[in-house]
Amino acid sequence: MTSALTLTRTTIGQKVVVAVTGLILFGFVIGHFLGNLILFVGPEAFIDYGWTLKHNPPLLWGTRITLLVAVVTHIGLTMSLARRNASARPSRYKKAREDQVTSYAARTMVISGPLLAGYILFHIAHFTAPGLAFGGAEFDHVNIYANVVSSFNVWWVAAIYVFANAMLGLHLFHGAWSALQSVGAQHPRYDSIRRNLAIGLAVMVAGGNMMIPLAVRGGLVGDAEQLRAAAEHAEELRAEAGMLTGDHDDVSGEELE
Amino acid sequence: MSDDTIDLKLFVWRQEGPDAPGDFQDYSKYAKGVSTHASFLEMLDLVNERMSADGERPIVFDHDCREGICGCCGAVINGIPHGPQKQTTTCQLHMRQFENGAEIYVEPFRAGAFPIVKDLMVDRSSFDDIIQAGGFISVRTGSAPDANEIPIPKESADASMDAATCIGCGACVAACPNASASLFTAAKLAHLNMLPQGQAERYKRTRLMIQAHDDAGFGGCTNHRECEAACPKGISTDFIARANRDLLVATVTGKDGRLV
Repeated sequence: MTSALTLTRTTIGQKVVVAVTGLILFGFVIGHFLGNLILFVGPEAFIDYGWTLKHNPPLLWGTRITLLVAVVTHIGLTMSLARRNASARPSRYKKAREDQVTSYAARTMVISGPLLAGYILFHIAHFTAPGLAFGGAEFDHVNIYANVVSSFNVWWVAAIYVFANAMLGLHLFHGAWSALQSVGAQHPRYDSIRRNLAIGLAVMVAGGNMMIPLAVRGGLVGDAEQLRAAAEHAEELRAEAGMLTGDHDDVSGEELE
Repeated sequence: MSDDTIDLKLFVWRQEGPDAPGDFQDYSKYAKGVSTHASFLEMLDLVNERMSADGERPIVFDHDCREGICGCCGAVINGIPHGPQKQTTTCQLHMRQFENGAEIYVEPFRAGAFPIVKDLMVDRSSFDDIIQAGGFISVRTGSAPDANEIPIPKESADASMDAATCIGCGACVAACPNASASLFTAAKLAHLNMLPQGQAERYKRTRLMIQAHDDAGFGGCTNHRECEAACPKGISTDFIARANRDLLVATVTGKDGRLV
């Protein structure tokens, strides 16, 4: 273990840690994306999904702590590496160095990274704590279906999510491919699929997430009937929880939180 | 041979010393009537002769074999190390690659670890430091073995040879957005680490050479693969993944004791 800790003494070791934390975050993003897709199953299923997660403290807090450690390590080491990289060429080329093969995603990692960090803070504030209401709707800690629909009915909230997921796609594409390179997951037999795998996963996650605000804007998700069903189902869950605690009236959003 | 000649708009970086300010000078008047059969360095020779005749200080640039195998020459030509032709050193780049009237900007390889000596000449001693850290075999491997005495899979021998084609010119560093020498270091590691004689010191070598790379002030790899595109030998960035894997094994298992 002490040997593993000396990894951060070299730039490559630091990159390995950035890669591993990045892969943890990538894994979460895939899980999160699959959860998001439940929205298309129907209001009841989506609300049940949220309810189940929320009432599973070990899973909830285990994930939160893992993600927090991963994200702080990922950003911290990346910033230190980026500073080092920026200072490795103190005198710039006067006639601009020509990029021959690098990708847009690779060149914009230092931009997509901070933008994503900002977006994640916004996203957490929006849907978790404190839970921001957009478009005049009340934030509802149980009826997450209504939260999604009312938020994305506001055009600029939907626009932020679409833009952020485009950034996420770029970051995941270069990140996934780079991470495999950094941990040395390379073999002539599998090299051709590494890049395609990175592109496939990035497009799947970013494209799938973008479908949600677009579906709400396009009226595919969140019609009056679905919203009524969602509200009814949320009430049922509240009532059930109230019966379990023996105090129906006092079960408020704060307690469920 | 035809006797085609071209006139160039030539701008060359002039700098008196490592800390002196430098700038581009227009030498178009000395770069007229250049044979298209001349190599890039022969074009600079011609310009230098004419400048000397005019009493100007000739342009300083590194060169030795002029056959593309020594790794001495190298300049950034129109933003690309060794110029526009793929897998070609500056000395093997010929003027037929340029149109008549072409604008050509020539400047040195730029990196903090490659201080400019003068004009286009840079000090690449930091590469020697990386080699001195572990780019050799010090265990006894016996005298020259009989052919095929040591079994080596063809794929390994080929890959090791691909890595060994590195001439240490530094184009990878010059092309890298982070001025990283990852490709050079990885090629030198793979060259020895993929052969039986290199196994005894494999992990120690990996740790020490990568440490020397970092100590020299090179940046880290962010997988742009610009080095591979600029490399006159076309060395693959797959070797970087291989070096990363060996470093990971060396560090996590502590196979060879401490790093420094």
